[in-house]
Amino acid sequence: MSQDRRWLLGGLAVVFGFVGLFLASRAGHGIFYWIGLIVFLAAVGTIFGFVRAAFDEAEGKAQTPQHLVPLTMLAVAVGSVVFHFLSPWWWSPIASNWGYIDQTIIITFWITGVAFTAIVVFLAYCLYRFGHQAGRRAAYEPESRRLEFWLTMGTAAGVVAMLAPGLIVWSQFVTVPEEAAEIEIVGQQWQWSFRYPGEDGRLGRSDTRLVSNDNPLGLDPNDPNGADDVVVQNVDLRLPVDRPLKVLLRSLDVLHDFYVPEFRAKMDMIPGTVTYFWVEPTRTGTFDILCAELCGVGHAYMRGRVEVMEESQYQAWLQQQPTFAALANGYARVTSRSPDGGEASARSSVR
Amino acid sequence: MVDVTREFQDIERAEPEDVELYHPHSWITKYVFSQDAKVIAIQYSVTAMAIGMVALVLSWLMRLQLGFPGYFTFIDPATYYQFITMHGMIMVIYLLTALFLGGFGNYLIPLMLGARDMVFPYLNMLSYWIYLLAVLVLVASFFTPGGPTGAGWTLYPPQVILSGTPGQESGVFLMLVSLVLFIVGFTMGGLNYVVTVLQARTRGMTLMRMPLTIWGIFTATVLALLAFPALFVACIMLLLDRALGTSFFMPTLVEMGQTLSYGGGSPILFQHLFWFFGHPEVYIVALPAFGIVSDLISTHARKNIFGYRMMVWAIVAIGGLSFIVWAHHMYVSGMHPMFGFFFATTTLIIAVPTAIKVYNWVLTLWRGDIHLTVPMLFAIGFIITFLNGGLTGLFLGNVVVDVPLSDTMFVVAHFHMVMGVAPILAIFGAIYHWYPKITGRMLDEAMGQIHFWVTFLGAYAIFFPMHYLGLMGVPRRYHELGEMAFVPPSAEELNAFITVVALIVGFAQLVFLFNLVWSLFRGREAGGNPWRATTLEWQTPTTPPPHGNWGKELPVVYRWAYDYSVPGAAEDFVPQNQPAPAGAAE
Repeated sequence: MSQDRRWLLGGLAVVFGFVGLFLASRAGHGIFYWIGLIVFLAAVGTIFGFVRAAFDEAEGKAQTPQHLVPLTMLAVAVGSVVFHFLSPWWWSPIASNWGYIDQTIIITFWITGVAFTAIVVFLAYCLYRFGHQAGRRAAYEPESRRLEFWLTMGTAAGVVAMLAPGLIVWSQFVTVPEEAAEIEIVGQQWQWSFRYPGEDGRLGRSDTRLVSNDNPLGLDPNDPNGADDVVVQNVDLRLPVDRPLKVLLRSLDVLHDFYVPEFRAKMDMIPGTVTYFWVEPTRTGTFDILCAELCGVGHAYMRGRVEVMEESQYQAWLQQQPTFAALANGYARVTSRSPDGGEASARSSVR
Repeated sequence: MVDVTREFQDIERAEPEDVELYHPHSWITKYVFSQDAKVIAIQYSVTAMAIGMVALVLSWLMRLQLGFPGYFTFIDPATYYQFITMHGMIMVIYLLTALFLGGFGNYLIPLMLGARDMVFPYLNMLSYWIYLLAVLVLVASFFTPGGPTGAGWTLYPPQVILSGTPGQESGVFLMLVSLVLFIVGFTMGGLNYVVTVLQARTRGMTLMRMPLTIWGIFTATVLALLAFPALFVACIMLLLDRALGTSFFMPTLVEMGQTLSYGGGSPILFQHLFWFFGHPEVYIVALPAFGIVSDLISTHARKNIFGYRMMVWAIVAIGGLSFIVWAHHMYVSGMHPMFGFFFATTTLIIAVPTAIKVYNWVLTLWRGDIHLTVPMLFAIGFIITFLNGGLTGLFLGNVVVDVPLSDTMFVVAHFHMVMGVAPILAIFGAIYHWYPKITGRMLDEAMGQIHFWVTFLGAYAIFFPMHYLGLMGVPRRYHELGEMAFVPPSAEELNAFITVVALIVGFAQLVFLFNLVWSLFRGREAGGNPWRATTLEWQTPTTPPPHGNWGKELPVVYRWAYDYSVPGAAEDFVPQNQPAPAGAAE
């Protein structure tokens, strides 16, 4: 190793040391403290290595092989695992029946985590053990059918172990229970609207071509099923707890995606099509609704809230809402009639 | 598999005499409108890197906004979406695709196969100039009223052509026209690469003796020729929807209270067309990187690539499978839910050949004589980032796991790791490796080391923690988090940390650019074969190779590309064009 190169690398290590100290000093969160400390220690180790190499060279000792590279690669593997377990960033507490999905993610984390760590540690070992030394010559071994066969089989087994539970849970995800109650969510730039079936439990037909100021979701006035439907805009979505729901999704303009992180489930809304997923809220509370499919400049502002409540509370609230037929007969706008009055938390400010 | 031929007496030499007319005579035909694949390769590479720098700066702007929302008042939601769209499109198409196929493909295919040039040099030249035109049209959209399109690089209708999306006035036209031009230019180049590989290999260079770099580039080109037409028709149909009011992708819709005149089209159809191109595109970028990394590891570990035949079949299998997995990008798009079973299965099957490639790279290092040169470091960096990104692909490919994670920062972290960072590291490794052949001088090692460590560790520090933001539920394509009850304040700090690291990594690329220029004049003289490599490009009579590459006689190939550390050989490498010694044991 030439002199200039060593000085350059030493200088780099010093810079890294300072970056490490800077990060550790911020320490707004524990993880920064640890990352900073690790970077700093790595930099100190590097400088120490250079100093030792310089002494060895001055004394005419044989150059020791470089161990810095394998150690760094090992640190990447170990650091990733440590980060995973110390990370304060983890999924939000679940509020639906889709705990199966979380379990499948955990299985996947274990299998991929073991594979990642094993391969990187083996790689680091190879770099450590087979680094260039004068007189070393590589082995000559073009291929080994047996080894390749067993590696293929092992990988296939790992893949099956992830895919099988995944597909089982997917079949649950796509099989809507018979008793699921329907509810409709409509997206448009950049707000959410909701429609509940009335007494008959059935949603009436709708068509985007029927959308007007008086009929914001385009319900078909000639469909008797729709007469008792309840349409609400600009207020929170309310859902009963512990009841399976078939969530029907519609869009009036562009693609949107109804996304409540605590529910885990999400699905795009496509103009001209009705999509759906099913979910059973399992605890009461208020959660954020986000749009998860880019829908124009207001995308990040397209927010809403869902309030999961006890069945009795839910029913009591629903009873108070005017039906579509009542509205069509001359009631004022829905928002002003709702008990929440002008609450507009979900409104986008961009519109 | 050891593959050595002793004699070629039964094959006639089939090359015509050198014709004076064939060589360029003026400066313009030699360096500007050149038909020499090596010059075209450099033109492609320089253009791709220049536009790539634009995309890099765009990523800094995005990161500044995400890390410190509100501080930079010139970035509003509209400009943010324009940056994100241009960054994505430039990086995927105009940088990675152009650099791997137009850059490395042009330079390496003729030299590694022992050909004098591409088989259609004039078409090759046209390919570059149409590519340049496509880049210029794309850049022009920054200067049009309304600016470039901000629809996201996936350009999903209906929003891409509606007024709620920035760049709807003219930016979207320029984007679509630029893509159409790119595909036209690429098709010219792509046909050329495929025909050259199939028809212009020198004597003895059988398909199963080609270096894996060529296998990667060749397979990727075949994929591109089959996949780009889907994007081509999608772009044309979208142009018609925007310009003439047709309704290929546009259903009846109400925009801001107005019912538009569209009706009957299908937005999902566009997504199928886009991803029928888009998924193979991932492998168009990945397969050349696979090949290049295989050759870097083998050369710098002084050991034959482990399981060459398996590596070739893995490349071909991945290429084939990549055409039946596209809808894994659409699990939550609202397509028929039964598709999920099929596409999850095919997607996870593709993990098997991919994993085999990773094993074989690492097993090549086992019992090697590893020289930790800069190209080798980049190859190792590629393995780790690709492994990481590949494994998170198993999350997103497994349909039900994708449901909570899709459209979150987890996806952003995954695809940056696997098709952003990993292929870029392979490209850097390749540049450090082949620069001595292109210029006759070595790139500076110390600057290379700095470049590698900052880029590799920095990129890992950017994208590894980002997965956890997505796991928490932070959606992608949000220019600020705003109020989200489920996001703790520490997430803002993580975003700031990622931004700081991204800026550091970005500036490290300036070291690399300086190195490229500085070494051109001051770099150490390289000689013809500084890495003591076996493949043909290192055996040219002069360095850099002149027009026609080989002087009077084409090389003849006697062995496979990986005869490193052969027991009994005097040197630890045996070039492909070195005949077997008479009577030597096989």
